[in-house]
Amino acid sequence: MVFLSPILALTLTALSTFFIFFLAGVDGFGAFYVLFIEPLSTQYNFSEMLVKAAPLMMIALGLSVGFRAGVWNIGAEGQYTVGAIVGGAVGLYFYEVEGFWVLPLMSLAAIVGGMLYAGIAAFLRTKFQVNEILVTLMLTYVAILLLSAMVHGPLRDPDGFNFPESRLFHDSATLPIIWEGTRVHIGLALAVIFSFLTYFWIKKHISGMQINISGIAPRAAKFAGFDENKAVWLSLLVSGGLAGLAGLLEAAGPVGQLVPHLPTGYGFTAIIVAFLARLNPLGIIFSSLLIALTYIGGENAQITYDLPSSITSIFQGMLLFYFLACDVLIRHKIIFNFSKNINHE
Amino acid sequence: MNELFIQIVLGISIASTPLIFAAIGELVVERSGVLNLGLEGMMIVGAITGFAVQFHYNNVVLAVLASIVAGMMLATVFAFLTQVLLTNHVATGLALTLFGLGVSAFWGRSYSKVTVDRIDAINIPGLSDLPVVGPLVFSYDPLFYLSIMAVFLVWYFLNKTKKGLILRAIGDNHDAAHAIGHKVVRYRFLAILFGGAMAGLGGVYLSLVQVPIWVEGMTAGRGWIALALVVFASWQPFKVIVGALIFGGISILQLHAQGYGVNVDAQYLSMLPYLMTIIVLVTLRVRSKSKSDRVMPHCLGKVFHSTQ
Repeated sequence: MVFLSPILALTLTALSTFFIFFLAGVDGFGAFYVLFIEPLSTQYNFSEMLVKAAPLMMIALGLSVGFRAGVWNIGAEGQYTVGAIVGGAVGLYFYEVEGFWVLPLMSLAAIVGGMLYAGIAAFLRTKFQVNEILVTLMLTYVAILLLSAMVHGPLRDPDGFNFPESRLFHDSATLPIIWEGTRVHIGLALAVIFSFLTYFWIKKHISGMQINISGIAPRAAKFAGFDENKAVWLSLLVSGGLAGLAGLLEAAGPVGQLVPHLPTGYGFTAIIVAFLARLNPLGIIFSSLLIALTYIGGENAQITYDLPSSITSIFQGMLLFYFLACDVLIRHKIIFNFSKNINHE
Repeated sequence: MNELFIQIVLGISIASTPLIFAAIGELVVERSGVLNLGLEGMMIVGAITGFAVQFHYNNVVLAVLASIVAGMMLATVFAFLTQVLLTNHVATGLALTLFGLGVSAFWGRSYSKVTVDRIDAINIPGLSDLPVVGPLVFSYDPLFYLSIMAVFLVWYFLNKTKKGLILRAIGDNHDAAHAIGHKVVRYRFLAILFGGAMAGLGGVYLSLVQVPIWVEGMTAGRGWIALALVVFASWQPFKVIVGALIFGGISILQLHAQGYGVNVDAQYLSMLPYLMTIIVLVTLRVRSKSKSDRVMPHCLGKVFHSTQ
């Protein structure tokens, strides 16, 4: 059932999509091809899928750790934005300074920025028992506004005719490309490496196990002497740091500068990615690719069939619906019982 | 001066009403122990449904009813998943928001260049013509009065009726409520449906009162703000109005300040509601430590199954 349920979910999503197309009067098979096959068929589309998968993978990894511990960081979007601001600011500060150390320094700044931002939620939860869902969510809006204020103010391109965007990052502050002729950058390699590291940490290390137990059985964790606050801090710092790094990778990679529309919802979509992988770090490699595919497919559908690109969100939403629903088959067994004396609830 | 004042008050009220609708629905949902993060999705589907019906039938009542039904349909999906299939509230709610945004954009692409008749402010002969009081009290659209009424009714239901008491009990301890024979799933299902209906109303307010046009993603995060509002109000119905006025007020003041050339950095001003929500959350917690810790429903977001 563990492997059957995702397949069932995918099939149901495909059928429902077909149905929606049918209702909208779009040629179902053609749209299907554009959405799911075409993104894989050309080098450009395939590489763009990898570009989109990188930030999703990285953010989802961090989130999966938190979700395992029962810590609901749903403001990865905010930590992503702050990471991009802080890391980007470092890059702009060393504008036209050449050096191999510029990018690592920017990355470090982004990680620390994201950690500190998520740390606010950890502090408020451990100190005042304030719900982290709401704090991280509120801080997401603050971060997006902060980015807007920054590119309108201190970080604005001095030669940019007052456009709200920063200077383009110079060469030392731009990510190296790992696939010649595409936009696939080193962030993808990092994300894959992190997936394995996270996997071994969660499965093999004592602190990883403590995180797991704190989520599955908080009381047992307490009896075993695990520090609940430690699990909260750890999971928020890890997810915040990774989201911050992902933000910088996007800014210093495909985008190349700080712009107000840098946060495009990766932080929220990564939650779906994490759940599709059932919080398994190695599974996240695949689920992030799948979700990235829906993005590219959506963009293609926009061009070919004049469908709104938001069709992507319909899939992502439905996919998660079906996936969560099919999980009930893993957790529960269906028993057909025709005797009538059962009265539940 | 007088006219500007009236204009600002009207502006704030119109900006606050969708927030009041969405938040008061979510408040009931959360009081029953369910966290529905799909507000934004239900709102926007309500907005496009109301708009489309108004465009085709030009019937305001029908449009409003349709938006209510649309919100409830999405809520049914959420309720079925979380209450029957026992899925995680957070993940399901997020999926609902994504789904709603996608569906509305998909459906709404043919309505992006049309306008419809908006819902007009009422005009009570005599009362609406009174100086100052007339425009300030008696000259809103009917939905505005409905939103205030909804808040009052929710307060009455939660605090003055037996069913309201049971609903709160279920939100605070579903196992205990179940043990003494209350139908946990039934109450929650109905609460979620009510939340959906209210979110639909909030949505249709945007597309038929605030601006009678359809824009993709026109809720622009209001669902999330409404979610914050419930916390800001510390799950108390009347405080929702206060919170909504503050949130709505800041957006309107910003508009007017910019109109008069006052260049406060708009972004910093816009951060205030979010930061205030966090501050309120903390102060609530600090205070509740000393007294009874009864602010947040204890079972909020927890999955319930009768065999566990």
